[in-house]
Amino acid sequence: MQVKQISIFVENRAGRLEEISAILENNNINIRALSLADTSDFGIIRLIVDKPDLAEKALRDAGFTIRENVVIACAIEDKPGGLHRLLKLFSDLSVSIEYMYSFFERHLEKAVIIIRVEDPKEAITILKKGGAELLTAEQVYSP
Amino acid sequence: MKIWDQQAEAMPRAALKELQFKRLKHILQYAYDRVPYYKNSFDENRIVPGKIKSLDELPSIPFTTKADMQASYPYDMFAVPMEEVVRIHSSSGTTGKPTVVGYTRNDLNTWSDLIARLLTAGGVTQKDIVQIAFGYGLFTGGFGLHYGVEKVGATVIPVSSGNTDRQLMIMKDFHSTALVCTPSYAIYLGEVIEEAGIDMADLHLRVGMFGAEPWTENMRKEIEKKLHISATDNYGLSEVMGPGVAMECRCKHGMHVNEDHFIAEIIDPNTGKVLPYGEMGELVLTTLTKEAIPVIRYRTRDITSLIEEPCECGRTFIRMSKPHGRTDDMLIIRGVNVFPSQIETVLIEMEETDPHYQLVVTREGALDTLEIKVEVNEVFFSDEMRQMRALEEKIKQKVRSALGIAAQIKLVEPKSIERSVGKAKRVIDLRELK
Repeated sequence: MQVKQISIFVENRAGRLEEISAILENNNINIRALSLADTSDFGIIRLIVDKPDLAEKALRDAGFTIRENVVIACAIEDKPGGLHRLLKLFSDLSVSIEYMYSFFERHLEKAVIIIRVEDPKEAITILKKGGAELLTAEQVYSP
Repeated sequence: MKIWDQQAEAMPRAALKELQFKRLKHILQYAYDRVPYYKNSFDENRIVPGKIKSLDELPSIPFTTKADMQASYPYDMFAVPMEEVVRIHSSSGTTGKPTVVGYTRNDLNTWSDLIARLLTAGGVTQKDIVQIAFGYGLFTGGFGLHYGVEKVGATVIPVSSGNTDRQLMIMKDFHSTALVCTPSYAIYLGEVIEEAGIDMADLHLRVGMFGAEPWTENMRKEIEKKLHISATDNYGLSEVMGPGVAMECRCKHGMHVNEDHFIAEIIDPNTGKVLPYGEMGELVLTTLTKEAIPVIRYRTRDITSLIEEPCECGRTFIRMSKPHGRTDDMLIIRGVNVFPSQIETVLIEMEETDPHYQLVVTREGALDTLEIKVEVNEVFFSDEMRQMRALEEKIKQKVRSALGIAAQIKLVEPKSIERSVGKAKRVIDLRELK
């Protein structure tokens, strides 16, 4: 249930993102989901990829500043109210969310919400009991 | 801890003062008789060298400035005919015309002796193999250190500066035990060694003597940790001699000024008034034995303080603290005096940051703005924007309390700030002064 996410520090300058995508392509790494948080000076790219360990090494070798974190992935119905039901569960169970982003998983025909919480282990136990549909790392990494 | 010249370096203070006075009286007369600049300057200020009664009268003698030295380009400050000058060095001339300095045979002997003191204080013995990665040429660092190493009887490897791969190959294959270069280059070497995965056990380095640019205690820690050596600081400037004016001993608490050859004073850079020991101000140096170019009360523009308390090492010479910056590095931002070293201290004291930074000063309308670029490192990089913002804010607060003015903090990628082989370029001033 614990999914590896790679975060990369990038300065806001032309061509920097392209360098990252080139490294991933050269290492045959598939991006499953990404989010970019930015300020006027720098950004933090968060990536879910099929081979997180390889991606981490390749990016670090290229001189990028990297951090690996654990996030959780919840599947929801791809229809109105799907996200609301999940967030209500979080709210009812008092699990606070640091940030989140999403992608659509066509095999499950569901939307997947990647969520960063402070304590993923504890959150997984609570959310499972509450009836959330948590995906395994393998389900998230491979299409 | 060995002392190169026990008799001179551990001389009782009273005897030293007597020697200084004797030499000062001589050098004042010597400069007056031989250098028109000093004759004019003394005459204008009604200074009669023969009438000086004690060292206390030194503050009545006018200063010599960098501009005075530059105006004498190339040879007008020389006190001896060219046939007595055996060596020429020169400043880089980055701040105007270069300053040309000459040395007589006796000057070179004195200089190499001062360097032998410096090396001995840093722990070098005749068994050492000393790799000199200072540039050889008009710069006083390379040749200055070179002849001191020979005087000590150690083995000198005159690699000169640059070509890091070659430096490392020589360091490894020639079994260098001592390193001489700028502190920023020492840190760079340490980084390259780490990246190349070189095992420090394959190197034989034990000590390093670093100078030619100001550095901090934390840079020392970083150098000592990365290169597995004991690192000592030394001070000098070409106008006065070159390296060898002052040097740290293994106590690493201030640099002993070679007071039998130089008199050090601290003045208020604005008023020119002499300040007591312990107070921070501009260092002023007088040469007591230099033949080719005697220099009287030279304003070094280095900001430091003098430590009077006796040192554990046994040397009786007073110590100068690490220069805190230069009067001409001093930035005036929104009317506040700012030294880059103050910002360095802030970054060094914070665990999250490395001492790699750059200051960019701009003027928007009538208002100066200071931006500080700080390299992010993996230890504190977080995927959470909130924490990155908190770090920026923390740096901002600390800078504000250290400087008294606000600065913008810009986090940049590691290694994106240029590491210079020579003097680190820390400040970019984009203000157009009208």
